[in-house]
Amino acid sequence: MAENKNLISGATGDWEIVLGLEVHAQVASKAKLFSGAATEFGAEPNSQVSLVDAAMPGMLPVINWFCVEQAVRTGLGLKAQINNYSVFDRKNYFYPDLPQGYQISQFQQPIVGEGAIEIDLADGAVKEIGIERLHLEQDAGKSLHDQHPNMSFVDLNRSGVALMEIVSNPDMRSAAEAQAYVKKLRAILRYLGTCDGNMEQGSLRADVNVSVRKPGDELGTRCEIKNVNSIRFIGQAIEYEARRQVDLIEDGGTVEQQTRLFDPKTGETRAMRSKEEAHDYRYFPDPDLLPLEFSQEFVDEIAKDLPELPDEKKARFINDYGLTPYDAGVLVGEAENAAFFESAAEGQDAKAVANMVIGSVFAGLNKADLDIADSPVSAAQVGQLVGLIADDTVSGRSAKEVFELMFEDGPDQGKNPAVIIEEKGLKQVTDTGAIEAAVDEVIDANPDKVAQAKERPKMAGWFVGQVMQATGGKANPQAVNKLVMLKLGLE
Amino acid sequence: MTDLTQLNLADARDGLAKKQFSAVELTQAHIDRVSASSALNAYVLETPEKALAMAAESDAKIAAGEARPLEGLPIGVKDLFCTKGVRTTACSNILGDFTPPYESTVTQNLWNDGAVMLGKLNNDEFAMGSSNETSRFGPVVNPWKAGDTALVPGGSSGGSSAAVAARLGIAATATDTGGSIRQPAAFTGTVGLKPTYGRCSRWGIVAFASSFDQAGPITHTVRDAAMMLSSMASFDKRDTTSVERDVPNYEAALTGDIKGLRVGIPQEYRVDNMPAEIEKLWQQGIEWLKAAGAEIVDVSLPHTKYALPAYYIIAPAEASSNLARYDGVRYGARQQGTDIDDMYAQTRAAGFGDEVKRRVMIGTYALSAGYYDAYYVKALQVRRLIAEDFTKAYEKCDVLLTPTTPSAAFEIGKNVEDPLEMYLNDVFTVTVNLAGLPGISVPAGLDGDGLPLGLQLIGQAFGEETLLRTAGVLEQAAGFDAQPQDWWSA
Repeated sequence: MAENKNLISGATGDWEIVLGLEVHAQVASKAKLFSGAATEFGAEPNSQVSLVDAAMPGMLPVINWFCVEQAVRTGLGLKAQINNYSVFDRKNYFYPDLPQGYQISQFQQPIVGEGAIEIDLADGAVKEIGIERLHLEQDAGKSLHDQHPNMSFVDLNRSGVALMEIVSNPDMRSAAEAQAYVKKLRAILRYLGTCDGNMEQGSLRADVNVSVRKPGDELGTRCEIKNVNSIRFIGQAIEYEARRQVDLIEDGGTVEQQTRLFDPKTGETRAMRSKEEAHDYRYFPDPDLLPLEFSQEFVDEIAKDLPELPDEKKARFINDYGLTPYDAGVLVGEAENAAFFESAAEGQDAKAVANMVIGSVFAGLNKADLDIADSPVSAAQVGQLVGLIADDTVSGRSAKEVFELMFEDGPDQGKNPAVIIEEKGLKQVTDTGAIEAAVDEVIDANPDKVAQAKERPKMAGWFVGQVMQATGGKANPQAVNKLVMLKLGLE
Repeated sequence: MTDLTQLNLADARDGLAKKQFSAVELTQAHIDRVSASSALNAYVLETPEKALAMAAESDAKIAAGEARPLEGLPIGVKDLFCTKGVRTTACSNILGDFTPPYESTVTQNLWNDGAVMLGKLNNDEFAMGSSNETSRFGPVVNPWKAGDTALVPGGSSGGSSAAVAARLGIAATATDTGGSIRQPAAFTGTVGLKPTYGRCSRWGIVAFASSFDQAGPITHTVRDAAMMLSSMASFDKRDTTSVERDVPNYEAALTGDIKGLRVGIPQEYRVDNMPAEIEKLWQQGIEWLKAAGAEIVDVSLPHTKYALPAYYIIAPAEASSNLARYDGVRYGARQQGTDIDDMYAQTRAAGFGDEVKRRVMIGTYALSAGYYDAYYVKALQVRRLIAEDFTKAYEKCDVLLTPTTPSAAFEIGKNVEDPLEMYLNDVFTVTVNLAGLPGISVPAGLDGDGLPLGLQLIGQAFGEETLLRTAGVLEQAAGFDAQPQDWWSA
């Protein structure tokens, strides 16, 4: 095994963090897992509740096959074992937001078995994280404690919404790896379209299992941090929890197996319940539902229209477009970004396009807090602008200005870069005569600098800068450089 | 005019068709009789206005020549079936005055076929019981009496069996989880049919044990049972355990011809302490079927003795989970508590009766960590073996003949303090539920105290036609026409 460079140091030496994640991903389905009720986010409380979701007497669950398809699709995307026979179990416990008094889940026989995903580490290496299983289950409702001074209310809109619980092996060794894992998993889900990956709305949330040990030792006792709902919080929760465990052990204590909660306000985790208080869920096969069975053809049919996934796309970007692994990795993070890049790169220098997409488009969108779908500059315009740089119509420096103008105009104005260049007079000057005149002017005005430049040829850069400034950035830099060298007698 | 409450379902249908009386008259006669029957406590809710409105609609249909299969026939509904706008409690305090905004599939099927609802019938709380003594509304009294002793009508469908026997409805819906249709039918001289698991939809029936629960009718005759089942049975997309299969016209199966039919006699059903009268009746049943041209075959169901213990693990296990929804949060009765856990505890302590609590506790225990494999998993293995027993037996025969119960109706209160004795009532019926097969109890004679006794026929999965045909022959041969003396009418 590769040496772990992510050890954290304690008073008694270095410690290794061991992390496994259980990610709950809401299936992108308009209807719930066992009822036809809607699943739209943000609806009026209890406006999306069927008789089944409210667990009225005599109501029975009926499997939503669309959700089954999404689970299979996700399993295929995780290169995992698909189980053509799986079983729904009841997980029994009492809670006001759990109307049936049990959650329908899959315990012993999940729909998807072992798989793996690859994550990119900071040093450029790739690490494989094992997936233990994926199973389908119902979400619970929500208790509202702020509606009445001494009563709690319950909103059942989420009750029965389909979740995929994706369980990793304890393969991660740092907060950064866990974050990279969630990012990658989220990207895969979004590529597949099986989960919208919206962590703010709770469509994707993670239970993080944290333990620490001295390198080479047996696994330590783990604590599970429940329902962490942002990638940043996942990092904070792990850092805090690992440090807490190390300090505890080094102070002579022992880590207790616990379920803990992360508080984003304090950045700390606190105990929810210990192992002794843990529920006995009394899992047993749900007698209201037949085992979930489907044919290999059903799976093959889904496999047929599986999209290109992030890893494959990245490899293709490196091979076909000659991008660096880093740029390719950035571009494939979101399917929409990759598509934007590919559209812009059509017929253009792909590396230059990648630079502009990452450097200008992403930066601009980030600053303006916009999604790529709402980008004021279209992919076609990015492609055109790169083309105009390549054929020397505009200098790189002026191109930045053109981009900013397009970005400000927004898509409604729809002015193409060529039009803006024309209107603003940003066309690059390639006329040697005009450039020569500007060079002569600068040389004549600065005899002292000319003398210096003869001693130190690097000074030539200063002259180039002056000329560029004098021509308002429109002069072709290569042409200016050549002339400056020539006139200064440095060539 | 003759007493319209003396008619069976088929005769009433024919009388309506011939316009000898109207659906309103037929219904009114039953309403009157029901309202005078409070001593039996068979009905927990009477719906006379609804009944008369439905009957008037039926009369219009009949007049228009558009009569449906059960047009204008007044029936009672076990309180386990959810009925839209009509209080449904499963005879448990915990449901309070719960009034469903939906109608169970089975009752909807009946109304779609023109049947008329007289009201809701008493049953053991959540169908847990064999004597109808666990109802929140108090015990049902069997119309049949041994001297002056008040007897149980069987359970859990005791309201259904008593109502039909006392002619407080021409037929009734019922449910059978371990014998809850057949045992009360045997105790009241009526016919009780439990169909194959999956034949009737469970949607809208308050669940007891999901993998056993099945709806069926209690009627006067085998023909009436066939008529009722033809309407009650359906494939229902809302119940994935219901089976997609055409519903035959079961009445047409009653040809009276069982020549060459192989009737299996399972040796393991000769249990210790079985009353000689029941043993004798069973032998009589064999002779009747033989005389009708059937071939009698001895068969073995070797795992029978494990059926009752396995049932009393699996059914409570499922029940403990099915009844978790009665928590006081969304509907039904709620007791206030100091916090949420206390509210649950108070609500369930006050809302459930002793027998329900007993089964919830047994089931919870059987599913607990550390006991699950020893109890629940083992019981499932037994269940599979019992199903295999039947499969093997059916290689040698077409139907099985057994007694329905090990005794006739017993005294109210007799077994209340002894749950195990009570559970033994299901010894001949419960195997059928474990295997998901159809079974029917046919009244076949009276014991020395003048109480009815039933014989049970067990069919193959979805073999209801053969089952009913055989039952028809048995019924014919037995010629059971005894009726309880009306001591209850006020």
